[in-house]
Amino acid sequence: MAGEDAVLDMLEAEAVHILREVAGAFRRPVLLYSIGKDSSVLLHLALKAFAPGRMPFPVVHVDTGWKFREMIAFRDATAERLGLDLRVHTSPEEATPFTHGAHEYTRIKKTLTLRKALDDGGFEAAIGGARRDEERSRAKERIFSLREPGHRWEPRSQRPEFWWQANTELAEGQTMRVFPLSNWTELDVWRYIRREDIPVVPLYFSAPRPVVERNGSLIMVDDDRYPLEPGERPVERPVRFRTLGCYPLTSAVESKAENIDEIIDEMGRDRRSERAGRLIDGEGGTSMESKKSEGYF
Amino acid sequence: MVAVLRVVACGSVDDGKSTLIGRLLAATGGATDDQLDYARTTRRGGSTVAAGAVDYSLLTDGLEAEHEQGITIDVAHLFMDLPSGRRVIVADAPGHEQYTRNMAVAASTADVSVLLVDATKGVREQTRRHLAICALMGVPSVVAVVNKLDAVGWDRSVFDDLAGEVRAAADGFGMRADVIPASALDGDNVAAPSPRLPWYDGPTLLGALTAWEPAGSRAEAGYRLPVQYVIRADGFRGFAGTVVGGPVRPGDAVAVAGGGRTSTVDRLLGPGGADLDRAAPGTAVTMTLADDVDVRRGDLLATPEAIGDGPAPATAYSVTLIWTAEEPLRNGRSYLLRAGGRTLPAVVTAVRDRLDVVGGGKYAARALDLNDIGTVELTTDTPLSLDPYRESRHTGSLLLVDRVTKETVAAGMVRHALRRGRTVTPRAYTVDREARQRLKGQRAKVVWLTGLPGAGKSTIANTLERRLHGMGLHTYVLDGENVRGGLNKDLGFTPQGRAENVRRVAEVARILVDAGLIVVVALVSPFRTDRAAAKALFPGGDFAEVWVDTPAEECARRDPKGLYAQAEAGRLPNLTGHGQAYEPPEHPDLVVDGAGSPDEAADALCALLRV
Repeated sequence: MAGEDAVLDMLEAEAVHILREVAGAFRRPVLLYSIGKDSSVLLHLALKAFAPGRMPFPVVHVDTGWKFREMIAFRDATAERLGLDLRVHTSPEEATPFTHGAHEYTRIKKTLTLRKALDDGGFEAAIGGARRDEERSRAKERIFSLREPGHRWEPRSQRPEFWWQANTELAEGQTMRVFPLSNWTELDVWRYIRREDIPVVPLYFSAPRPVVERNGSLIMVDDDRYPLEPGERPVERPVRFRTLGCYPLTSAVESKAENIDEIIDEMGRDRRSERAGRLIDGEGGTSMESKKSEGYF
Repeated sequence: MVAVLRVVACGSVDDGKSTLIGRLLAATGGATDDQLDYARTTRRGGSTVAAGAVDYSLLTDGLEAEHEQGITIDVAHLFMDLPSGRRVIVADAPGHEQYTRNMAVAASTADVSVLLVDATKGVREQTRRHLAICALMGVPSVVAVVNKLDAVGWDRSVFDDLAGEVRAAADGFGMRADVIPASALDGDNVAAPSPRLPWYDGPTLLGALTAWEPAGSRAEAGYRLPVQYVIRADGFRGFAGTVVGGPVRPGDAVAVAGGGRTSTVDRLLGPGGADLDRAAPGTAVTMTLADDVDVRRGDLLATPEAIGDGPAPATAYSVTLIWTAEEPLRNGRSYLLRAGGRTLPAVVTAVRDRLDVVGGGKYAARALDLNDIGTVELTTDTPLSLDPYRESRHTGSLLLVDRVTKETVAAGMVRHALRRGRTVTPRAYTVDREARQRLKGQRAKVVWLTGLPGAGKSTIANTLERRLHGMGLHTYVLDGENVRGGLNKDLGFTPQGRAENVRRVAEVARILVDAGLIVVVALVSPFRTDRAAAKALFPGGDFAEVWVDTPAEECARRDPKGLYAQAEAGRLPNLTGHGQAYEPPEHPDLVVDGAGSPDEAADALCALLRV
C-alpha cells in the first residue's frame, strides 16, 4: 500500500526523536528489553538513533526464570551479535505461577525485581516498548510517564503532553518511564520488522509445538516443571504466539503463519485483541491499572 | 500527501462523539472482533441501540472506561488506517476534569479538528469554546459534523442554518470549516454516503479525512534544527535532531542562533546513518558541518536568513500561557522554562491580561488560575531563540515548570520577542557598583517599608535617613507620595496601577543601588506578588522587606492626609485598608511597630543594616 512506508517513516522519526531526547535529557537512562517483538523493534530503533555512534545506555532484562527457553537463547545471541551492555536481573525469591497465583508471582518475580534493578542502577529513565493500542487503559498513557518515589504510577500527577515538548525534569525520588512506540500498532510493528529485516524469536512463527489446553487457552509445555494433570499429555499442534512472556502464562494461537507475510495476512483475518493471549491481564477488568500503580511496566 | 493525519475530536458524549468515532473505527477495520462482540452484547442504562446490534460508542467510550477503571482518562489516542493508506491518529479528551487543559493538549499537535454539533441543540457555548481552543493551539482546519440529523427529519434547512453558523464561528477564529450532515447512530455520512440526504453532495467524514491536505502551501520557510544530542564516533561529530520549518540539503548554509557562528551543511544522515540528499520537516537527522563549530544540546541550527528576522536570540518574550497548575501564576515568580532541549530560569515579569477565549475579550489580570489563558511577559538571563507560535508550533512553543515540584505549570505560545529583550545587551562599565560602594565606604541596599497608609512609613524613613546621613552614609528615600507627583503621576490606584507603581519604584531603587546608595523605600505596596517581583530584582541579601505594622484603627485615627475621611465619605474607593485589601508580608525581614516611637524603629533598622 502506498502509504505504508510513509507511515513507518513517520513512526520511526518520532521514536528516534524520543530516544534522542531521553539520551540528551537524562544522566542515566536504561532500555528495558523483554525479548519480544516490540523490544526487538525498540532496540533496533535505539541503535539507529545514535548511528554511527553507539547507543548511549545499557539494556536491562528482568528474567523471571519462566521465560520460554527459545527467548533466553535469542536474548543471549542478540546481545552477542550487537555487542550490548546487557544486564540480567533475577529475583532470588522462590515463586512460581502455580504456587503463588499469577498476580503475586508477577509482583515478586517481575515488578519488584524491575524496581530493584532500576534502583540499584540509579536509572532515572527507563525506556520501554509499550504501545497505546495494546489495551484500553494504555490509550491514555503518556509517552513520558512519571513515576513517584517507589515507582508508584499516580494517574493524577501525570504531566500534560503539549506538542512534542517533554518535561523531563524530576523532583527528588521521581523517575521516568518512556515509551517511544506509543503510537505504533501491532501491524506497524510487523511491517517494520519486515521492512528492516529485524530478527525476532522464532516462537512468533507457526510450528508444531507441545501444548495442553487449560480454560480454553493453549499452553506450551516448554520444560518438565509444568505440572500436568493426571493423565494429561501435551499434544503437538501448529501454534504460534502473538505476545511472549512467561510460558505458563502465555497462550498460543492455532495458526499456519510461518513467516512475516503470513502473519500480516493472518492479522487481516483474525481480529482478536493482541493481549487476549496474556493470562496475567485477565484477573479482573482493572488488572493492568493495578499492576501499573505498583510499578509494573 | 500527508501520510499521518492528526485529529482532535471535539464534542461531548451527549453529542454522539463516541458513537461517531466508534463508527469510523469499525468502518476502517480498527475494531477487533472481541471488541465488536463486547459492543454487541453489552448495554448501558438508557441505551437506545437495538438488542444484537453494535453499540459503537462502546468501542471508544472514554467515559465508560473511566467509570470501569475508576480513573480519569485525560487524553486517549486511537489509531485508524484509511483505505488510502493514510494513518489517522485521533486524540480525544473525554474527561470533564481539567477540560480546557486536556482539550488544549489534544489540539496541540492536531492538523484537523473534528467538531460535533448536535442538530437538535445547535451551536452552543461549548461549540465555540472548542473552536476557540483549537484556534488558539493553531489547528488549521475544522471538519464539523452536524449530527443527529435523523432527529430533525433530515431537514435540509436545519442543516443549512447550522452550517452557516459553524462556518461563521470558525471564520471568526480564522479557521477553515467543512460541514457535513450526518447521523452517527445509523452511520449516515460517516463512512458511506447516505441515501437519506439526497440534497447533500459533499464528502462523508471518512472522505473528508481522506482528502484533507494542508491549506495553500506556505512560502517555504527556512529550516531549523533544534539540537537534541551530539553524536560522536571515531572522527565523527554530528548534531542529531528533527528538522522543522523547511527542507535542508547538504551544502546549505548554517548559522548557530545566538553565537554568530556560521558554517555549511556537510552531510545529512537519516536514522541508521545513511546519507540523505534532502531532509523534509519531520525527518530525524544527524547533521555534520564543514567547519569545526562548537554546538551542543539546546542550540538551534538554522538557515542564516532565519536568524536575521526569525529566531534571533532575545531575553524577553510576550507569551500566551495556558495555566495548568492548581497553584496560580504569580507575577515576578521564577520558573524553569523548557524549549528546544534547553531548561533555564525564567521570570514572569508581567501578567498583561486574561483571555476570554470564547468571547475574545481581554481582562486585566495580575494572576492566572488553573485553566486560565492569558498573556504574560517572560524574561530569561540567557538569550533564547524562539519563533512566533503562528509560524512554528515546534520552535514557538515552551513549557513552564515549577522549580521545586517540577510539575508542568503552563504551556506557552510565543507571540513575539520584546524589543527591549532583543536590543538590550547589558553593557559592562568599568566603574561598577562595587567601585562606587568602595569609594563611599558602604554596602548599597534597599530597605523596603510596606504598610497601611498612615502607618508611619514616611516618618520612620525620615528618622532612619537622618541617622544614616549623620554616620556619613550616602542615602536616598523613595517616598510613594513624592514619586506619584512626578515619575508615576500617570498611574492610578487600581491593582494594575499599583503593580506598575511598585515596578517603577523598584527599578529606580535598582539604579540607585547600582549607584552605591542605601535606598529607603516608603510605599504602601499592598500586594505580595508586586513586592515579590520587586525583591526579585536584587541579589539575595540586598533587599530587606520591612513591615511597618500599625493597627488599622490607629492609622485611621492619625489619617495624616485625610484619606480615611474621604474613603469614609465614599469618595476614595481604592484606599488600602478600606476598599482594597492589604496583604501583610508572610516572611518579612523585620517587623517594626508603627505605633511605637520612630527612634526605636530606626534602631532596629540600623541593626538590620549592620551600621
